[in-house]
Amino acid sequence: MTDVPLTPRRPLLARFLESRNGLGLLFMLPAAVFLLCFLTYPLGLGVWLGFTDTRIGRTGEFIGLENYIWLFDDPIFWLSVYNTILYTVVASVLKFGLGLWLALILNEHLPFKTFFRAIILLPWVVPTVLSALAFWWIYDSQFSIISWVLMQWGLIDTPINFLGQPNHARASVIAANVWRGIPFVAISLLAGLQTIPQSLNEAAALDGATSWQRFTKVTLPLLTPIIAVVMTFSVLFTFTDFQLIYVLTRGGPVNATHLMATLSFQRAIPGGQLGEGAAIAVAMIPFLLAAILFSFFGLQRRRWQQGND
Amino acid sequence: MASVTFRDVRKAFGSVEVLHGVSIDIEEGQFVVLVGPSGCGKSTLLRMLAGLEHITAGEILIGDRVVNTLPPKERDIAMVFQNYALYPHITVAENMGFSLKLKGVSKKEIESLVSPAAEMLGLSHLLDRYPRQLSGGQRQRVAMGRAIVRKPQVFLFDEPLSNLDAKLRVSMRTEIKNLHQRLKTTTVYVTHDQIEAMTMADKIVVMHDGIVAQVGAPLDLYDRPENLFVAGFIGSPAMNMVTGTLDANDRNIFVTGDGERLPIAEPGDAEPGREMIYGVRPEHFQLGGDTTLRVEVVEPTGSETHVVAFLGETEIVCVFRERISAGPGDELKVTIDAGSVHLFDAKEGDRLSV
Ligand SMILES: Nc1ncnc2c1ncn2[C@@H]1O[C@H](COP(=O)(O)OP(=O)(O)OP(=O)(O)O)[C@@H](O)[C@H]1O
Ligand SMILES: [Mg+2]
Repeated sequence: MTDVPLTPRRPLLARFLESRNGLGLLFMLPAAVFLLCFLTYPLGLGVWLGFTDTRIGRTGEFIGLENYIWLFDDPIFWLSVYNTILYTVVASVLKFGLGLWLALILNEHLPFKTFFRAIILLPWVVPTVLSALAFWWIYDSQFSIISWVLMQWGLIDTPINFLGQPNHARASVIAANVWRGIPFVAISLLAGLQTIPQSLNEAAALDGATSWQRFTKVTLPLLTPIIAVVMTFSVLFTFTDFQLIYVLTRGGPVNATHLMATLSFQRAIPGGQLGEGAAIAVAMIPFLLAAILFSFFGLQRRRWQQGND
Repeated sequence: MASVTFRDVRKAFGSVEVLHGVSIDIEEGQFVVLVGPSGCGKSTLLRMLAGLEHITAGEILIGDRVVNTLPPKERDIAMVFQNYALYPHITVAENMGFSLKLKGVSKKEIESLVSPAAEMLGLSHLLDRYPRQLSGGQRQRVAMGRAIVRKPQVFLFDEPLSNLDAKLRVSMRTEIKNLHQRLKTTTVYVTHDQIEAMTMADKIVVMHDGIVAQVGAPLDLYDRPENLFVAGFIGSPAMNMVTGTLDANDRNIFVTGDGERLPIAEPGDAEPGREMIYGVRPEHFQLGGDTTLRVEVVEPTGSETHVVAFLGETEIVCVFRERISAGPGDELKVTIDAGSVHLFDAKEGDRLSV
């Protein structure tokens, strides 16, 4: 037999630490642990709770899909789904329309431009709870300033019951949400508008475009990437809104303004049914995923954005 | 095609007046170049003609029509912007057909108008690309194509070549000139490059600080500048200028501050005693004679020789067809072509000689 010279094998750990991937993994570890603890754990716990009959003060048992089957037959749950979709769609459309309109105005040359831009941000800067309280007072069934003004003008005889009547209440909370959400949309779209070179509008004007055509054929198409981002965020914020509703109506009257988020909280904490509350919250996930998916396609670089500069 | 007339046009931004009464007549089919240093108001004037800038005072006419209050889209003008201003979200073909589409022209007809224009500009193979996918020169051509397709009354160009490299600039210059010769559309072209102005224009308007310094054919401006500004601005290398006055006894002799005596054939009404400026272009020196220059630098370019030298205490530049072997510090005897000398008032800058 011949002697085969053996190269001594180095310890596994040393080789692992020196390889590129091994080292990379090592550096990623802290971040991964952090993500796991603070993101995945609560989410996972929530999802798990949805499959149990946990109540406050009592650990629950795994009951499979029972919570979901129960919810499926619960008209209040379906009402909250309907409310959430209505709330999100109407509020988002209004925020988009009004926000874009405001952004277009603020993009023009007007006196005190910076002053107005600062003012616009106010609703966003005020803490939600504070603005919700203000709206609560504005919508008060007896002392509402809106009712008072309308009565002074002789348009109505008795105060409007803003939060006491289902459709009034829905409209009222949507109005409050729109008021609060407009600054974000308007300021973001304004930033987008400012990236569009003035000369494009001038070229279009010389090419014979009316101001409406300049808007639809030049400004709007160039703004779509930013609109996609802004509206994705806006929809997500609106869909998961909780504070405004909870302060203004607590879901009332007769659940007419319950959103999925408020219903989930209502069932879980004051109601004590943690499992059921979690199940409602989990039921929001498919909607949110759909919104994210939609924006993913909306956000893809368009063909005209590709290629080198 | 139409003529364009500026009548005492003024422009103020807030309280600052930047155009102080500009009057220019542009005939049908002319190629007029507005030239002047940065900030003199060329772009502002062009944008007022296009309707993009409000006219503070005066009148602008396209044809016989006063257009002061007409919005841009009714002026029937096409403009090529310095940054081209192509619509980034539509293709080259759509960019070129944009104005026609707005007018409601049918797709087929748009195509039949766009493709010959694209052909003419060598863009046929790029029609489906987006502006981002083009080189600077190609974008420039698309911008011109967009203007051509409309068959407007007047073309406006605002420094269309300043983003291109030197070589491309020269070839685009020829292309634009050829295009004008083919289409014969009235053109107003803004540049701060006097070579561009000289080579392209039927008529040059030299602007300076918001006023028109001189209007004329390129060679007229070169041969007979009306004032010191035009004399110094037009021509490269620039005209040599020496301060001094006419000899009291012989008005055909100019005495410089250093006591040099230089010839002048036609002093006009210039009176001795007044401080004047004696201007002579670099190519109006001949070798041999009784004026002495002290050579500083000799720059042979092959076809000619540039000599930087001192005439008394004034630095001047001469261009000779001959090759010269002088070195720095050497003396060079030259003659000034007395018939090609210009005389200006030193204070007002007005032309004094004939
Ligand atoms: N919107 C504006 N507001 C205030 N001043 C302006 C405005 N636009 C131009 N000006 C001023 O008007 C003057 C002329 O500007 P203009 O752009 O016409 O110069 P230009 O001759 O085109 O220069 P350049 O060769 O650098 O393009 C400048 O002094 C400029 O500062
Ligand atoms: Mg300019």
